[in-house]
Amino acid sequence: MPVLPAFFASLQRDLLLVMRRKTEVLTALFFFVIVTTLLPLGIGPEPDLLRKIAPGAMWIAALLATLLGLQRLFAADHADGTLEQMVLSPEPLSVLIAGKITAHWLVCGLPLVLLAPVIGLQFDLPADAIGILMLSLLVGTPLLSFIGAIGAALTLGARGSALLVSLLVLPLYIPTLIFGAGAVESYIAGMGAAGHFSLLGALLILAMAFAPWATTAALRISLE
Amino acid sequence: MQWTNASEFFAMGGYGLYVWCSFGVCFAAMMAEPLLVRHRRKQAIRQIQQSNDA
Amino acid sequence: MINWFKYSAPSTFYPLAGKLIPVFWTLTAILGVVGLYISFFVAPTDAQQGEGYRIIFIHVPASWMSMFIYCVMAFWSLLGLTFNTRLSGMMTSALAPTGALFAFLSLWTGALWGKPMWGAWWVWDARLTSELILFFLYLGYMALHAAIDDPRRADRAGALLSLVGVVNVPIIYFSVKWWNTLHQGASVSLTKSPSMASTMLWGMLIMALAFWAYTLAVALMRARTIMLEREANTEWVKHLPDVKETA
Repeated sequence: MPVLPAFFASLQRDLLLVMRRKTEVLTALFFFVIVTTLLPLGIGPEPDLLRKIAPGAMWIAALLATLLGLQRLFAADHADGTLEQMVLSPEPLSVLIAGKITAHWLVCGLPLVLLAPVIGLQFDLPADAIGILMLSLLVGTPLLSFIGAIGAALTLGARGSALLVSLLVLPLYIPTLIFGAGAVESYIAGMGAAGHFSLLGALLILAMAFAPWATTAALRISLE
Repeated sequence: MQWTNASEFFAMGGYGLYVWCSFGVCFAAMMAEPLLVRHRRKQAIRQIQQSNDA
Repeated sequence: MINWFKYSAPSTFYPLAGKLIPVFWTLTAILGVVGLYISFFVAPTDAQQGEGYRIIFIHVPASWMSMFIYCVMAFWSLLGLTFNTRLSGMMTSALAPTGALFAFLSLWTGALWGKPMWGAWWVWDARLTSELILFFLYLGYMALHAAIDDPRRADRAGALLSLVGVVNVPIIYFSVKWWNTLHQGASVSLTKSPSMASTMLWGMLIMALAFWAYTLAVALMRARTIMLEREANTEWVKHLPDVKETA
């Protein structure tokens, strides 16, 4: 299959570039930690309250952290001309883009999943709920990367793109937030998370099918 | 027709404030919007005329 | 058989739109007067909600229009991206502010309806929340369009965004409904309207048509202005009677 090598080449390249600038990875992680720390400071430390808001709060922090990371997705390559090279290359652009998005998730999304237990303990979530939370983030954060890529591509080179991306992408993130946080809350309430997970999974499959294509179209528009 | 006089009509059975604020804002907005477009149009025409004369 | 493609150029569409605008304003006025008459003088007082329910005659049409305009924008966007016509982009960006206005009016009238009826200015019920998100989608389109300097590129980016948006709106609505039923916070739905007497339905329908005529009038006005702005250096604009006579 000719597409797989292109996908892995793109993925590998982006990961290599990140390895040379590890601080960028860490800033997104620290953002996640800081935001989740701000919430008790703003709301109060009662364990009951914190336990109740934990799923939603951590999910929102994950949304915001992913948004921050979107800046990195195309900006650097655009600045040095690599992006135009990708557009001109014989490899299908959507495959290369899929590779970049996957790299973005590995760098910005997966660490959040791994960090979730620590934050979950800060919010006094029971262990099984933390497990469900991690699973919801595992399925949901790729979704955030795929949807966010469309926003990042559309705002490439636009003025005020950092805030603009948020304005464009956050409404589109709402279903993911609802199903992701809802899964944990539903589990805690004893109603089981299966329904939420199937919906989240369905959204992920849809996004994986359509988002690279939409992102590619957006890139072509932004680069002309 | 259920309004016996004008003051009844304006009172709207006690809900007057809500009803008239709703209709009022709608009406005001739908007057303001075309006026704003007209202002924009006049600016555009002025621009064209200036570049025509130039 | 009208040759539609003849009007796909701004230079031919401009005078056509100019002739249509007064027609739509007239329609707006007539439909508006009839609709308002029905709203205030024909529709009976509601048993549960008294006179306050009359807000429904602008709240519901405004909601319908905000959703309808978004779909029309998506239609023009698809057309523009497929056929690469300039006019489609102009129509889409001409419609957006009006759509945003209706979304805002829907939220405003919804709050003013909800406060006396259910005691709160805002409830997180599915339809109001979805309407709020739709308002954000409109603002997002307008912000993206304004942030890109090149008008053609702005049109095409906006077109893609509205296509992505229109696909997401049903997903968002469904997810908000799901969220709403699970949390069961608002046990009273703001949109549980009084049982519909046929006069009420007629009132809403005619007001909706009035809003539709209004939208066409304003959007065509705005589209013409956009044409003037963008095509300022073309011959056909320089020789327009509107430009010459106001000199």
